[in-house]
Amino acid sequence: MQMAKKIMMKGNVAAAEAAIRGGAEFFAGYPITPSTETLETLSFRMPEEGRVFIQAENEIASINMVLGAAACGARAFTTSSGPGMALKQEGFSYAARMELPYVVMNVQRWGVGLGMLDSGQVDYLRDTRAGGNGDYRHIVYAPDSVQELVDDLYEAFDVSQKYRMGVLILSEGYLGQMMEAVELPPFKEIRRPDWGLDGTGEVGLKQLCPTYNMALAHELLPVRQERINRVCREMQRWESVETEDADYVLVAFGLPARVCVDAVRRLREEGCKVGLIRPKLVFPFPYDAFHRVNPNVRGFISVETNDLGQMVQDVALAAKRELPQRNVPVYCYTHSAGVPRVQDVVRYYRSVLDGAVKEVY
Amino acid sequence: MKVIREKPAVIQRPHNFCAGCSHGVFYRLIQECVEELGYSKRQIIAMGVGCNCNLTLSKIDTVDKFQCAHGRAAASATGIKRMRPDLLVMTYQGDGDCGVIGLGETLNAAYRNEKITVFTVNNLNFGMTGGQMSWTTLEGQKTATSVRGRDCAATGYPIHLPEIIAGQFRPAYAARCAVYDPKTVAQAKKYIRRALEAQINGEGYAIVELLGICPTNWGMSPVQAIEHLQKKALQEYPLGEFAGGEQAELAFLRQEAEK
Repeated sequence: MQMAKKIMMKGNVAAAEAAIRGGAEFFAGYPITPSTETLETLSFRMPEEGRVFIQAENEIASINMVLGAAACGARAFTTSSGPGMALKQEGFSYAARMELPYVVMNVQRWGVGLGMLDSGQVDYLRDTRAGGNGDYRHIVYAPDSVQELVDDLYEAFDVSQKYRMGVLILSEGYLGQMMEAVELPPFKEIRRPDWGLDGTGEVGLKQLCPTYNMALAHELLPVRQERINRVCREMQRWESVETEDADYVLVAFGLPARVCVDAVRRLREEGCKVGLIRPKLVFPFPYDAFHRVNPNVRGFISVETNDLGQMVQDVALAAKRELPQRNVPVYCYTHSAGVPRVQDVVRYYRSVLDGAVKEVY
Repeated sequence: MKVIREKPAVIQRPHNFCAGCSHGVFYRLIQECVEELGYSKRQIIAMGVGCNCNLTLSKIDTVDKFQCAHGRAAASATGIKRMRPDLLVMTYQGDGDCGVIGLGETLNAAYRNEKITVFTVNNLNFGMTGGQMSWTTLEGQKTATSVRGRDCAATGYPIHLPEIIAGQFRPAYAARCAVYDPKTVAQAKKYIRRALEAQINGEGYAIVELLGICPTNWGMSPVQAIEHLQKKALQEYPLGEFAGGEQAELAFLRQEAEK
């Protein structure tokens, strides 16, 4: 088999192309920095492939357009960033009610409210939990390179239809904006599901609110829980770097994780037994990764580009669940906007050793 | 006895709207038109949130319906229509859903001239939540949130959706109808049919507003409510076609004749 050629592509542009090759038939979105290149690329690439592109009046309308298309069985896609993602939350909740699959990419920008245009990982808690009303989750991919972003989007539509759940690609500003060499996968054949509104009134969504039935609220509880439990069993993915003998294990996703790989290498050269867990998906959180670390590990250090520490909560829960006999301290390096340097991570690690910083959990 | 008029085949059960409510008649007229146009098995309705939800909850028919978020029906209908241009795609909303919380979605879909047909029932208040003030509430009208009568200087003046859309955008069709006597029922059916034909012929966006009654929340009997509608509501909300329809056809024919 001939290997596909690697080409230089910007993250957001590559994401658009990967979505098309993954079978996206419908896109609706609204411009917002730093995600706009995906919308721009799709505005001409979707019609070229005979698919639907709509520039909507806002993010609320775009997600509701996506739901309409998804209800017809289409592979529907939308993208946004901070404030725009906030507007879409209502739609996500409605999609969960009808078990509609769709893919959404959040190219995170740092800050609150209007935010700033700097990169950040400020939407972790919102995007791994239910941002809208009610109990539901997204399957959340957290790529750390343009190639992984491509691979994730390419797979996302299949996964979304398999579980009939929304899939969220948790990108970040710099990942969307940077260029890397990528290999693009071939075009997938578009397969329509065996459900969907077709106008006859006979097929329908099949599972329309099947489990959100007031009379059966308690009876169907196990059904609703099993959906998520199945995702948690089947979709945990991570990358471990030298965790078997590590005294301290860094935990990071996305771009900060790439910095942490270098930090591990540098500290190892100095004789420090440090490892790294990089969740490739952050929901489901890779609890299993924590089961395989050194049982005598002395601490976990969550490295995040936000202000208050968000993933650290999941790291603490994982430490409690997988190492129940030991109260392993969990620290958090909150870098705020941007991406930390290797020396920032190394310095924080040293202050953990010195006792200069206290554990969060 | 000979049956001279049958209900549309898709309607299988009675509705559960309040006595006198206009929804039942309006929805039946829509399904009569859909059937006559041959689209009974090729239709999807994007449902608003409000009293119209009863159409879904009571399972009165077998029509494919999509339950939208409150106010977002025009956006969801856009997604449905773009994916399935071969189907007849409608929204069915109240005045709160279509013209208050969903004003943005409604106007933007009209602005883009989406090939969808919007049906909205204007009963001068928020029906399902117990009769609060809507943008369509008449000046001086008492509601649960305008207990001394609507003060338009402070809350805004009654909104005229079909007129706004006909005046500002380029819809294929915009009209307002009522269903309080045989004459208006016949007129309403004509308007509904034209609005659906506009979509089928690929002409573009169409909206039909039904000026309805809400005896329960108006605190009147159905007969009193109809009298109130005729005396008061019709002054504010005239029936007729504002874009497309008979006048446009006549103008077109006149133009052709002059050539």
